[in-house]
Parts: sequence; structure tokens; C-alpha cells
Amino acid sequence: MARGRIRARIRRSHLYTFACGRPRTSEEERPHEFEGPGFSRIVHCNQPDMHTKKPLKYCSNYISTTKYNIITFLPKAIFEQFRRVANLYFLLAAVLSLTPISPFSAVSMIAPLAFVVGLSMAKEAMEDWRRFIQDMKVNLRKANVHKTDGVFNQKPWMKLRVGDVVKVEKDKFFPADLLLLSSSYEDGICYVETMNLDGETNLKVKRALETTLSLDDEESFKDFSGIIKCEDPNPSLYTFVGNFEYERQIYPLDPSQILLRDSKLRNTAYIYGVVIFTGFDSKVMQNSTKSPSKRSRIEKQMDKIIYILFTLLVFISCISSIGFIVKTKYNLPDWWYLQVPDKEGLYDPGKPWVSGFYHLITALILYGYLIPISLYVSIEVVKVLQALFINHDIHMYDHETGTPAQARTSNLNEELGQVDTILSDKTGTLTCNQMDFLKCSIAGTPYGMRASDVELAAAKQMAMEMDNQSQNGTPRSWRKSEFTESEIELETVITSNDGDVRKPAIKGFGFEDNRLMNGNWFKEPNADVMLLFFRILSICHTAIPELNEETGIFTYEAESPDEGSFLVAAREFGFEFCRRTQSSIVVRERYPSYDEPIESKRKRMSVIIRDESGQIFLLCKGADSIIFDRLSRNGRMYEEATTKHLNDYGEAGLRTLALAYKKLDEDKYSAWNEEFVKAKTSIGGDRDAMLERVSDMMERDLILVGATAVEDKLQNGVPQCIDKLAQAGLKIWVLTGDKMETAINIGFACSLLRQGMKQICITTMNTDAIVQDPKQAVKENILNQITNATQMIKLEKDPHAAFALIIDGKTLTYTLEDDMKHQFLNLAIGCASVICCRVSPKQKALVTRLVKEGTGKITLAIGDGANDVGMIQEADIGVGISGCEGMQAVMASDFAIAQFRFLERLLVVHGHWCYKRIAQMICYFFYKNIAFGLTIFYFEAFAGFSGQSVYVDWYMLLFNVVLTSLPVISLGVFEQDVDSEVCLEFPSLYQQGPKNLFFDWYRIFGWMGNGLYTSVIVFFLNIIIFYDQAFRAGGQIADMTAVGTAMFTGIIWAVNCQIALTMSHFTWIQHFFIWGSIAFWYLFLLVYGELSYALNVNAFRILTEVLAPAPIYWTTTLLVTIACNLPYLAHISFQRSFNPLDHHVIQEIKYYKKDIEDRHMWRAEKKKARHKAKIGFTARVDAKIRHLKGRLHKKYSIANNISIPQT
Amino acid sequence: MNSSTPSSSAGGPGSAESTGPRRNSKRPKYSRFTQQELPACKPILTPKWVISTFLLVSVVFIPIGVVSLFASRDVVEIVDRYENECIPINSRNDKVGFIQSSQDKTCNRTLTVPKHMKRPIYVYYQLDNFYQNHRRYVKSRSDQQLRSPGSERDTDPCSPEDTTSDGKPIVPCGLIAWSLFNDTYDFARNNQPLGVNKRGISWKSDRDRKFGKNVFPKNFQNGTLKGGASLDPLKPLSEQEDLIVWMRTAALPTFRKLYGKIEVDLRAGDVINVTLQNRYNTYSFNGKKKLVLSTTSWLGGKNDFVGIAYLTVGGLCFFLAMATWRSHLFVMEPESRGSLKLAYESAVHVDIAQALTPLEWIQACSPSLFLKYLCINLVHRLLEHFETRDMHL
Repeated sequence: MARGRIRARIRRSHLYTFACGRPRTSEEERPHEFEGPGFSRIVHCNQPDMHTKKPLKYCSNYISTTKYNIITFLPKAIFEQFRRVANLYFLLAAVLSLTPISPFSAVSMIAPLAFVVGLSMAKEAMEDWRRFIQDMKVNLRKANVHKTDGVFNQKPWMKLRVGDVVKVEKDKFFPADLLLLSSSYEDGICYVETMNLDGETNLKVKRALETTLSLDDEESFKDFSGIIKCEDPNPSLYTFVGNFEYERQIYPLDPSQILLRDSKLRNTAYIYGVVIFTGFDSKVMQNSTKSPSKRSRIEKQMDKIIYILFTLLVFISCISSIGFIVKTKYNLPDWWYLQVPDKEGLYDPGKPWVSGFYHLITALILYGYLIPISLYVSIEVVKVLQALFINHDIHMYDHETGTPAQARTSNLNEELGQVDTILSDKTGTLTCNQMDFLKCSIAGTPYGMRASDVELAAAKQMAMEMDNQSQNGTPRSWRKSEFTESEIELETVITSNDGDVRKPAIKGFGFEDNRLMNGNWFKEPNADVMLLFFRILSICHTAIPELNEETGIFTYEAESPDEGSFLVAAREFGFEFCRRTQSSIVVRERYPSYDEPIESKRKRMSVIIRDESGQIFLLCKGADSIIFDRLSRNGRMYEEATTKHLNDYGEAGLRTLALAYKKLDEDKYSAWNEEFVKAKTSIGGDRDAMLERVSDMMERDLILVGATAVEDKLQNGVPQCIDKLAQAGLKIWVLTGDKMETAINIGFACSLLRQGMKQICITTMNTDAIVQDPKQAVKENILNQITNATQMIKLEKDPHAAFALIIDGKTLTYTLEDDMKHQFLNLAIGCASVICCRVSPKQKALVTRLVKEGTGKITLAIGDGANDVGMIQEADIGVGISGCEGMQAVMASDFAIAQFRFLERLLVVHGHWCYKRIAQMICYFFYKNIAFGLTIFYFEAFAGFSGQSVYVDWYMLLFNVVLTSLPVISLGVFEQDVDSEVCLEFPSLYQQGPKNLFFDWYRIFGWMGNGLYTSVIVFFLNIIIFYDQAFRAGGQIADMTAVGTAMFTGIIWAVNCQIALTMSHFTWIQHFFIWGSIAFWYLFLLVYGELSYALNVNAFRILTEVLAPAPIYWTTTLLVTIACNLPYLAHISFQRSFNPLDHHVIQEIKYYKKDIEDRHMWRAEKKKARHKAKIGFTARVDAKIRHLKGRLHKKYSIANNISIPQT
Repeated sequence: MNSSTPSSSAGGPGSAESTGPRRNSKRPKYSRFTQQELPACKPILTPKWVISTFLLVSVVFIPIGVVSLFASRDVVEIVDRYENECIPINSRNDKVGFIQSSQDKTCNRTLTVPKHMKRPIYVYYQLDNFYQNHRRYVKSRSDQQLRSPGSERDTDPCSPEDTTSDGKPIVPCGLIAWSLFNDTYDFARNNQPLGVNKRGISWKSDRDRKFGKNVFPKNFQNGTLKGGASLDPLKPLSEQEDLIVWMRTAALPTFRKLYGKIEVDLRAGDVINVTLQNRYNTYSFNGKKKLVLSTTSWLGGKNDFVGIAYLTVGGLCFFLAMATWRSHLFVMEPESRGSLKLAYESAVHVDIAQALTPLEWIQACSPSLFLKYLCINLVHRLLEHFETRDMHL
């Protein structure tokens, strides 16, 4: 398995890094022969003017990621808005409101719609503007472009055209896809960092064609010209096919001459290049796919509710139409005062069905208040503000990298509160992807004093368990006698490492041992072996040195951080790797000092060198299992001791590699070399296999030197965070590309695994050729393993037993197939933690999809690198780790945080809040619109189903847009059931989200029922009170406007008091909005009553003259308000008293200040509040306690057994 | 030692704090708003609060209910339904024909005052099954026209009562005005006529602002169809108070409208003779007509419902307060109320059910669990019963 990894690496490096080192095969010497579709691009180098006309006119280098431009904005954005069913309905209603069918005046239909759509569009415009600004920043970057006669000028990127010759300087980005012509190096190589493209931090080498090497100063471009014929724009980053016609010769081009836009020039002073692909034709832009737009489950459920409301709307419209038809047909002819039929045929007793149809449309518009028009826009506003809170949370700001958390999409906020499974990448996410050289074993002697994080964590934990023991009230004396020894041991470990000041002073080097440092190794007995050891460290790698000008110290750009740490270690030991050329590596050895030209023949994990004395060595490093297989008989001198050390290191969570060497004599080497060269220059698909075979021949009979142990450092606070998340009831899966041993180590380090957990490893057996159908056999075997394991879990009686599933990528390929994946998923769900190792990016995505679709629960994927992109996009929520590595993961993610530990706050605090806020908000929205909309319907029954509304149009216009919208937004933005500290202290409060306690159908229908009740109360109380009697001492009778206004006042009071009851957190903002809304209603009545417009609808001075002086108006308002809210009040108070939800209890404890007064109870509650997690620190401690108790119990029973016969 | 790695040598998060502002321009600025730490009151419905709220509501509501009920009881109301009696017996087969004929429609009614009625006594007419709130009807008016003489021709919404057949605008136009109620009442006590004051029965703002002082009825009721009452073309609209009252459309198909005020007290036992002109056609749609004499209180007319509703809600709140208080006696502390159950979904076992008393069950569980308990208990009782019977046998 480990061998496979090395091979994979070789193949990769062979592709990117060493393309230049590979002699060109004869196949590639010929120019490519192609024409026809797909290969039509022609570039006239240095003649950009040729590209101004068709057909050679290619797109400009201007990029734009905006959705709209000034012209398309209106039509496009409007189209987007009206794709929502509700908005489309309101648009139709608004159009129809211009006809006499409409029950309302046109303005009262159009104004709210315009407001709502306008607001949404303003938001879109703002976001797009931000994108535009970002684009312009890129577009206006300056590039150095050849003008004429060898003069280079600054030009913004967007002005760049195909065929331009540009000069790019060190640490600058390439403005477009370029053909490399020459560089500051004589041999025309340059180093490129492609972090923005694929997330890989290592440097890649590009190499110019030999013929263009002479073009290395500005003058030489005076009359440079050439023609490039190449492929059309395509998204493949690693391929390029083309020909370069220069000085009547045709040269083939391959990817190693192409510099891609958005990658960075490193370690090279400058390069010259010709623009081939600009703007959207460039590979990086071709690659930019739109991340799939995700919608939260709550929103999907909300759509269903809207459909329910639409059904209700159609239903009551039909009822009302039938009523209308009956009335029109049988009664209207008798109602002489109506003088039917009318001209338009809206009320024609002769044609009741036609009139009925018109009325159906009227009714559909009339009852439109059932559909909350402002729901979408309010939710959008709320989510943007919530995202703002997430972005501004100071507790999620990483001081070290200076990155705050970032909600990249705001439409998944509430989904954060419902996560069930977290799928996490390991490297860079749980760990820093920073390797510290910690220990080594040379010639069978271990060096290195420092303890690894895992050791420290284990020690700390054990100490904590002790601590807990004493709190749990176990007899102290007993504990003492049992544990004195280990306790002392532990204490020493802890005290010696106290203070947490063990940050290595040098990045990547955590080694501490005076025997090796400062040249002391020279005095050690095995100095010659040590020399070899250090040489292997400093030579056997693929890294590129970089000199820091200020300090004169080399830093290294390595393909993997392991290598980086080796080089740093070697540097610290005195072997400073300082230069790499095509065929030699220069290492400066400090003690004693000499330069060492090394002839390198084959660069991979093995290197063959010729040292200063002319001796040829093969140096090799690799996974211990492989190296040990290849040792010669006399090379196993230190094998036993080294194996022991390797095991120790492995237990301590370190990554290990074994180092070995072999001496070669000249003849043997040249014989082998011949064969190797032959293999290299061979043509065809079997070249790799041949190379492999030849190398294999050489890497034999090695002599073991020693082993290294590198610590893959856990990120800050990861174990604690995992513990909290586990307590919150979240399942955590780790998907890693690492090998199984490493993954298990890390699993232990972050408490995903613990002693006593039953590990279920599912692996692929080695199939022999004997079996007829190897694939089938393997599958059967795996299926067997899965069934056995499932059976085992099923039969397990102990409720505390925990299982861990560990599976590798090869096995996953089988288990992810359709016929087996459900068994696998079932097994995985039964396990407390799942670790998948050696998985490919695609498998990560597949596993994510399996969990998402198989369990139907919400999954969150978190990762940092390009290899996590698939997973991040597949999961319901993708979280990217921003900061260190490339931006790919972040670009694909929905939320970006700087460190894994912030996930806790993101989920447990923000997720919890957002979920509750949005859920309550939507419920309330439906409540208020049902409460209001139905009163209009009831009135129809009293108005002959004629479509007359009892309210003045303006009231209705304001209802959704002004009078009830702000309180609900404040609910959605500011509501907190408990404050953030309590959320973190009681992580299992989070479970309210995944269980969907606040947005299940029970609750939704409860709210709808409440709306129904409110509508009934408001309507009938008002109708009965204002029925036929005088409502004032002056004997006046209430007319329709007065009744409508009184009714509307009741609704405003009722729904606003309802929201006040719903809230549990009042800042001044909520108070202001709620009471302000009510006050605004009266203010509006006052102002509206004075407007001449009000004369038209009998609402003139409605408040001052008609209603306010009538005591019955005020008493009705009070009665309606209380009567509407009474059931809800009773419900919540009885729920709180008899069946309190968890947050109720916590709120009350806080309210009574129990947490301060009664620490004991507080602790007890806190303990209860933990989800019964099977992973994490706490679970470990619990398991330990159970174990001890069991032993104690046994002891007692034995003692009793003994004592019984005595008595 | 190595300046190329400043980030890792910065030390713990504590020291990073001090170096923060230097390079961390992206650091979110602290404000209580963005950190969601604004001072807030977090009211909690503890039993104490619940009880006090309910009590408060009942304490406020019950007195209001009592007072309203008394006020409503003070109102004296005489209702006389006359649409049937005022048709001569021989015409009762064809009421519509009678009402549309030009016969004399005078009708005498006698009312007896049951209780002392203090002035002012309001006279109403009440119509039934008359849809003043029908959309066609409500829209059929022109407020511009009512307000200013210049807008005479603003008769768009008034169709079909917008113009006369020769195209002259009708003022006031529309169905509402056209169908103006035209029964009249004359009152006499002991053969002494009782004056009915018809001034001040409409809203002042209507008279002042809505109905023009210089707008006079024109071509009214001159159309082919005769609707209701005619208007005196010499009186401006602002003084046509019957019209003004009528134009305020009622919310419901049963409605009263103010006809006038009698400004003398009526003693109990007084006999009042009403001479009425029964002209208005409610017979087409079987509408009732009533004459109402009523005094008012501060609450308005006779309206027991307000008082009853207040008493009901108040009583309910009192009951709820008591109920909460009773259960509150048993469950005071939050921790005794089941505390956190979060992950502990309690399974219901028969033995647990047996161990608790019903009251404890109500307190500890949701109603559904309580029902479950009842079932379990019932089964248990039955079993016991059978067992004892078996023993007897």
C-alpha cells in the first residue's frame, strides 16, 4: 500500500516537476500534425494587430465574473425575481389589478411588489457591484508589454491581446496563458507556483524551447515574430498541444512551455512570454465552474408550505366563486339596487358562469394576502445580516493568519444548525500540514527529546481523568493506593511540559537533542553513518531552495511538507542544500565544510550520487515496510532497534520514514545506467513500466541507516473542538489521503479513536491469480467483512461499547458500488467514528454523496485543498479552511473559516441561532398572513361574495411591507434563545436543529392553526361588536371603513404582540420595531386621515373623529389582542411548566442565577447536557471511569464473597 | 533565530493579540452589535410571571366586563318590525306590486315605552338582507362630484346611474345615492307631535369636507328607473344629512342607519304613535325593515356582547392562573421539572408507569405520555380484576 503511494508520487512529479529533466522522446520531436476542429487557434507572435479582425480576433483579456452588466441587469434580474412562484403570482395579480376585475386599486398591488422586487434586485446589484470591483482590480493590474522596437510599456491586464509579448517579473502573476520564450536563467527554466489553480504549494518547473532562449532582453524583441498554431481553449490544466513556427522551422509545444494565468512566477527574476489565451479563453477561466447553488432544507420545506398556501388560496377562491355564482344567479336579479347585469358582464345573472370565472380571478387576487409577498425578501435581508454577524465574529478570527470567518453564501445559514454528519479532510484541516522534524533513529540509537502533541494530549487527558475521578466521589484512599505510581509518572510528564511554550523556534524543526546539534554528531561513535543519514536528508528530495535575501538563510519549496522539514533539519544539522540545477545538487556542509557536486541520475525517492571522492552511492528513503523488504543481508545491522523505534514513533502519532543507502561500483552503475537510459528513451505506453522495472532492479540490497519521525502537527484546539462537536451529537468522519497508520495515529490524537474502542478495519485482501474472477472474489470478501462487523455491532450488549470503522480507498472503490454501498453505510452509521484513508478526491465526493443521500441527513464537508473541492461541493454545506493553502477549497465553499476549531462556534452558536431564527421567522410569517388573509375571506361571506374588501387598500398595502415586516426581521436577526457562552457550555442544545424541533410539520401546522384562530377571533369579535348597534354615545353606527379599521387595528396588535411573545431576547431594537410598528399604525391613521385621498374611501379623520373618541374601539382592541394571544400564552407557559424544552430549562437556570448559586446543580445539568458521544475526550474519560468502576465493583464483590463465609 | 517564519514565532494567541493590530487590518472591529452582545432583557415565563400575567388580565378584564354589561343594560331600546304589517292585508300577496304602485303607503304603528328613556333618543331604521357592501354597489359613487361642483362630470364609476338618457350628469350619481332610503317616520305622544331632529346625524367631517356646500342635486331620480328618495334640489349636499348617512356604506347586510334624534325624555308606559310612509322596496329581496328607538350609554347602543366577552376572557385567565398556581405548587424548581432530557429519549416502560402517580405523570410528561399511562393503567386494572375473579372462583 505504502509502495503504491510512492509510485503515485513519482508519477505525479514526473508529470509536473520533472518534465524538463526528461529527455524528449523522439515521438515528441516531430511537430504535431493536426488540423480541423479543436485545433484552429493561430497566434501571430509579437503582432497583436493581426488579431483585431475576424477570424483571428479572439476575446480580450478583460474578465468579468459578474452576472449582469448595465444593459442586461434589468431584464435578467427581473427575470430571476419572477422565477419564484410567489413573485410571479404577484406580478400577474399586479397586471390584473389594472383591469376592473381587480378588487384593489392598482397601486396597492404594484407598490408592494415593486418594493419587494426592488429590494431583492438592489441586493443583487450590490453583490454584483462587489464582484465587478473585484474583477476590475484584476483587470487593472499592470503588465509589462512589448510595444514596438524593443520598448516595453506598462499596460493594464485587460488591454492585453493575443500575440503580445510580455515580461513578467518575480512574484508576479501571469496575466494570461503564455508561451514561455526565455527566462532570467540561461537554460530557460522558470519556477511557477500554481496554488491558485490546483491548490498545490510546491513549485513547478517550466522550460522554454531551445530556439527561443536567445530572446532574453528587451532589444531582441524588436523584430521577433513567429506563429503558434495550437488547440482551442479548453479547461484541461495539464495538457497543451501546439506547434511553434519560428524562423521557418516548426517546433512542437507541450505543457511545460505554457505558463497559466493566475499562477505566480517564483524564484526567477523575470521571464518573457507570448500571450496565447486571453481572458475567458485561458485555462483557469475555462476551469471556473459555477459552484452548484445550494438551497437549505428549510427553504425547500418553505416552498412546500407556500404550495399549501396556494392550494388554500385556490380552495377558498373556488368556494367564494361558487358562492358568487349562486348569489348572482338566484339573488342578484332581486337586488334592484345593484341594477344588474352591468356592461362588463362581471355581474350577469344570465351568464353566471362567465361572471363566476371573472370572480375567480378577482378572488385569487383578493386572497393573495395569504401568500406572504415579503417573505423571500425578508429572509434575504435576514440572511445577509446573519452572514454579516458570522463575518464579524471576533471569536472566529484567526490572529495568526489575520483571516476572519467568511460566509460566502448566505442562504445556508440555518442549515448550519441542522448538521448531522461532518466529513473532514485531515491534512491542513485537522492538522496544520506543517511537519516538524521531531525525532530520528540513527544506527539504532534514538535521538530527539521532545514529546509529540499526541503524547502530550494523552498525558494531559490521563491527568484529567484523575482529576475527574476525585470529583466523582470515589474513595480517595482507594484511588491513591491504586494509582499512586502512574499519577506520579503523569505529573512529571505534565509539569515538565507545562506552560505550553514548546513552539519550535524554527518552522518545521522541533528537534531537541544536544548530541546532534551544533556539529556534536561528529563526536558520536557512528559519525560515518550519521554523515550518510544527513546526506540522505539533504539530497534525496525534489525541493527547490529559496534564499532569503535579508537573513541569508535558505528556505525550501518542497512538494510535500515532509521533505521541507527534512531539509530544514538537514540545514540545522549543518547540511545546507543551496542550489539545484538540471543535473546537480549543491549542498554546503558546515562541519567540515566543502562543496559537493553531485551527479544525479535519477531523481525520485532514490538518488544516485557521485560524491567528492568519486564514489557512487544510491541514497534512498521510503516507507519502512518497503525499505525493510529491500535490505541486503548485511544491511540489517540496525533493523531490530530501528523497528522498535519506528513503533514507538508510530504510537506517538509521528510519521515515519526509513533511510537506506547502497554503494555502487563504477561498472555496475554504467551497465545499469545504459539500461535506464534505454528505458527512458523508449516510446510507448510501457515506458513507465520499464522504468519501474529498471529502478526496481537498482533499489535492492540496501543498507539501513536509520529512520526519521516527523510530527504532523494538529491544529490548535482540534481535539477540544471535536470533543464539543461530538457532545453536540455530530458524527465525524475523517477522509484522508494518508496511509492507514497515519490516519489511525491522528484519530487517536484527536480522540476520534481511543483505547477500548473496537476497531473494525476493512481492507482488500491480496488476490492471487488462482482465483478465476479476482474482482468478484474481492467483493465477496469485503461484503463478508461488512456483514460480520454489522453482526458484531448488532450483537453488542454493552451500551457503552463504541466501534470505529477504518477503511481504505481501494476497498472503498468496491464498497461504493451500488450493490454494496447500503450495507457499508449501515455499518458506518453503527460506528462512532469512521476513518477513510487513502481516498482520492473523487471518492471523497462519493462518500459524501453516499452519506447525504443514504441517511437523508445534512452533511457538512470541511477541507482546505483542491482535493477537497469535490467533497465541499457535494455536501449540503461546504466549509473551506482559508488561510494557508490555495484558494480552491475556499472558492468552492459556502463558509470559510481559518481554523478547524472555529467550526464549533460556527455550528453550535451561529448555526443554532440561525436555525431557530429562520424557523421561527418563517412560521410567524405564515401565521400573520393567514391571520390577515382569512379575515378577508370571512368578510366575503357577508358581502355576497362580491369581492369587496372590508379594509382600505392602503392598509393592506402597508400590512406586509411596513406594519409587520420589521419586527419579524428583527426576530430573524437578533433572536437568541440562550447566549453564546451557554450554547457552547451545552453543546447538545444543538440537537434541536438536526431533530428539526422548530420547523417540523407539527409546529408549522400549529402556527397555521394559530393564524386561523386569530383570524376568527379578530373578525368575529369585531363583527359582533360593531354589528348593528351604535358604537358611540352620539348614536352613530359604524360603517364599513370604521369596522375595517377597527379590525385592522386588532390584527396589528395581535400579530405584533404575538411576535413579542415568540421572542425571548429583547434588545432595544426589537422593542423599537415591535412597538414602533404599532405606533406607526396609529401615526399612519392620523396622517392618512388628514389626506384628501382619504375622502374617497370614508377614511377621512377616521381616527381622530370617528374611532378614537369611541371607548368601544379601544376596548375591542384590547379584547381582541388578549383573546388572540391567550391560547399561545397558555401553550407556552404550560409547555414550560410541564414539558419544558431544553433551552427553557437552561434559560430558567440562568434566570434564577442557579449557575452561580448552586454550582453543583449547574455542573450536574451540564453533564446531562452532553450528548452521549462515543468519541472525543469526554467519551474517553467516561469510558475510563466505567472501566475503573467495573474494577471497583469486582473488587467489592470479591471482598464480599470472602467475607460471607467468614460470618 | 529565523525571521522568515514570523508567524510561528509569534507565540501563543495571547501575544498575537498585541501584535494583532499591526498587520491584521481584516480583524473585525469589536462592537456589541456585531458580536450580538447588545444588552437585552430576556423575559422568561416562569410560573410566577405566568400567574401574575393571567391574574393581571383577569383583574383588568372582569371589571371592564362588569362595567360594560351595566352600561349595556342601561340602554333602552324599542324595535318595531313593520315591513309586513304596513302592507294592507289585501295586497300582501303582491307586496312588490304594492310598493311599486302609487297607492297611499301611510301606515300607523304604536309603540309603548317599556322604561324611562333619557334624551336624546336616537331613531334608526334597520334594513336586513340589503348588501350595501356589495362590490358593485360600494364602487358606484363619485366622491369628486360630491365634493365640488366643478367635478360634475366625474361620473365614471357611477354607471349605470351616471347620466340621464340625454347625457346630463346626475348629481349625486351612482347606485348608492340612487337607492337612498325613503321611508319617513312621524312621531306623536298623546297626540302631541314629537319633534325629530334630523340635524347632526352625520359625521361633521362629511358635512364639512366631503359633501360640498355648493353642490346641489341635479337630474336626480330623473332617469328611467326610480330608485329611492328624491332630494331637494335647492338644498346643498352638505345639508342632505339623510344622504350623507346613507352614503356611508354599511359593513354588513344587516345594518341600522341614524334617522334622527328625539330630544325629549320618554317615560315608561308612554304610548307613541308612529305615522310612517312605507315606500322603500325591500320586498323584492325579502328584506326586513325595522324602526328602532334607542338611548345610548358611553359604550354606544345596547351591546351585551362586549361585557360578556370581557367576562369570559377574564374568567378564563383567572382559571388559567389558578390552574398554573395549583400545578406550580408541585413544580417549583426547574430541576425538579424533568431537567434536561436532550439526548435521553426516555422510553416508556410499564414498570416506570406503575411507579408514578397520575399527577406526577401529568407533571412529568406530555399529554400523550399521560394517555399512554392511562392505557397502561387500564390494562393493568383489568388484569388485576381478572386475577381476583380467578381467585374467587
